[in-house]
Amino acid sequence: MFSSKSKGNTRYRLLSMLAAAGVLTLAGAAQAEETFKLGVVTFLSGPAAESFGVPAANAAKLMVEQFNKATAPAPYNKPGFGGMKIEMVLVDENGGGAKQVQELRNLYQRENVDAVIGYVGSGDCLAVAPVADELKKFLVLFDCGSPRIFEDASPKYVFRTASHAAMDNVSLVRYLKAHNVKVNTMNLINQDYAWGLDSRADFLAGMANAYPQAKMGADLLPKFGAGQYGTEVSVLGGKQADITYSSLWGGDLQGFLLQGAARGLFKDTTLVLSAADHVLPGLLDKMPDGSIIGARGAYGILSAKSPINDWFQASYQSMHKALPVQAGYRMTQAFMGVKMAVESAMAKNGGKKPTPEQIAEAMRNSTFDTPGGQIRMALGDGHQAIQGTAIGKTKYDAASKRVLAVDVQTFGAECVNPPANMKSMDWIKAGFPGAKCN
Amino acid sequence: MDAVAYASWLFIVSLGMTLVFGVLKILNMAHGSIYAIGAYAAATAVSLAVSLGLPPAFSLVAMLLSAVAVAVTVGPLLERGLLARYYGRDEVVLLLVTYALFLMLEDVTKLVWGVNPYYVSEPAQLFGNVLFAGMRIGGYDLFLVGLAAVCGLITWYVLNRTTSGKIVLAVIHNPEMSASMGVNIQRVYVVAFTVGVFLAALGGAFTAPMISVQPGLSVSVIIISFAVVIIGGLGSIQGAAVGALVVGAARSLAVHLMPEIELFSIYLVMAAVLIFRPEGLFQSVKARLI
Repeated sequence: MFSSKSKGNTRYRLLSMLAAAGVLTLAGAAQAEETFKLGVVTFLSGPAAESFGVPAANAAKLMVEQFNKATAPAPYNKPGFGGMKIEMVLVDENGGGAKQVQELRNLYQRENVDAVIGYVGSGDCLAVAPVADELKKFLVLFDCGSPRIFEDASPKYVFRTASHAAMDNVSLVRYLKAHNVKVNTMNLINQDYAWGLDSRADFLAGMANAYPQAKMGADLLPKFGAGQYGTEVSVLGGKQADITYSSLWGGDLQGFLLQGAARGLFKDTTLVLSAADHVLPGLLDKMPDGSIIGARGAYGILSAKSPINDWFQASYQSMHKALPVQAGYRMTQAFMGVKMAVESAMAKNGGKKPTPEQIAEAMRNSTFDTPGGQIRMALGDGHQAIQGTAIGKTKYDAASKRVLAVDVQTFGAECVNPPANMKSMDWIKAGFPGAKCN
Repeated sequence: MDAVAYASWLFIVSLGMTLVFGVLKILNMAHGSIYAIGAYAAATAVSLAVSLGLPPAFSLVAMLLSAVAVAVTVGPLLERGLLARYYGRDEVVLLLVTYALFLMLEDVTKLVWGVNPYYVSEPAQLFGNVLFAGMRIGGYDLFLVGLAAVCGLITWYVLNRTTSGKIVLAVIHNPEMSASMGVNIQRVYVVAFTVGVFLAALGGAFTAPMISVQPGLSVSVIIISFAVVIIGGLGSIQGAAVGALVVGAARSLAVHLMPEIELFSIYLVMAAVLIFRPEGLFQSVKARLI
């Protein structure tokens, strides 16, 4: 039997529980209806669209669909971002840095997006990073490679969920050495802008350590989008070298390979390409066998088998009828990083939509698994990711009509990325001190 | 040889641009877009020819036909449907109209062909390569040199040795006087613009086997073509030929001797020509008609 007091207490408790349940239900309903508006910026037009921009946009569409339907594997299997439906605003990156600065302001101030993931071009990344900090808005750079963003500045609201470009060339140099590739002479061809020049500098600094005897043959710097490489092929053909290194990408790389192959350029030299996976599905048997290639990460044909990678490849292929290449992987890991950060921040703030400060705090120094391997936000005071990578040789398989990767070697993140207390170029020039390679 | 091969490609593209300027006084910014459409059309045509099992040599015919198809559909449509509405306006207005057209055609190519690249290297493979002074020269490069020479000679012959050509030259010299003599100016404009479109499309079509055909083709072409026609003199066919050779030689020398100034070398030559010959190498100063 209950006393009147206890009856009153019980009634009070019941009412309180009902009220609490009601509040929670209402809160849940409100949260269920709440959306997380996400700006996504990538090249939808221009020369970078085909190779990077559109594959990245395709991956973004896939992530939005899979996250909203809660069909991604654990730990990404909660709906949307922490129960909030993701609403994507897709913006074209074409048009240059000044335009991107204005577009980013529009996204934050007119579209009222909660966060932005974007930018393939290093110049665009360098231009927009200070804007996000000025507006105190959350920004994730998903693709651009310039190390300078976090080595020359310390933005508070800006993160990059992929390794910077130093990794690409350090891993190539390590691969050449590990596989006893003879390099007494080398030719270089890189585009005459930030990406090409930075890649060239990283590769040369790495080679100076690993192959001090290697002599330079041709060192060509065609303009971005040159298209015609007849003269370059003549120069390279006239200076036979053990390897021909290039950071060309997209249409430039395809044009160079087609024109070089037509003149037999690659018969007597081994191609060493820092970012070539994305041209393989189109080139097929036109890609010289035995070329040593990287994908700026353990992506695509260089990726390791894992449940999350199997899911990503299968769902991407189902949606877009193609296998994902590097930019798609990097977009995916940006989405996963943001999802983990938002949900981690919500777990700490009582389930409310987190502020940019709370998301940034949650992302700093975080670690998360992705189709391309584990991402650790380890550099730049926890704002810059490091990750493992893989290098392999190409081999065309006529039966499956695909270019396969053979002799693939994977490198741990701490083997090919600088430590937190060193700038990448200083680290490469010093001979990779502190590198942990198993 | 590199310079000649590069100049040949440049000449085919620039010839159309300079012809259009000579006759219509339009600095056609959309010329690069038409070049890209020619490349896409050729890629489609060659892919179709290969899938139908036609002999490999037919791919060359397919590329030629695709350029003709682009010219006869796009040329009259743009000239009559758009540009004709702006004749008589300031040349800057027409420049802006063609710039708008350039932007629109960029998106049209994406809508029609998507953003994925097209590879049609089969025609280039027909020619193999030849050993010359210890260096392998692409047979297809030599073929393009011949094609450029044929284009230049036919254009020169038609303009200078046929009645139709002389009518075009009369229109170039003085359209008002030509009209008063009974020349159908509109027809000359349509034909000249269509020939210009054909040459741009032909350049794109025969470049397609050497490159991956994808968005962004048009921008680099239009910039370098401007350099050629400015060096040679706007509206001058001989000028386009010499301008292409000058640009080809400057670029090749730079790549061989000092690769870091490759791009700079082209504009250095252009600046030098403009200092001493502001009208270009093959254009003389003209008295203004009142």
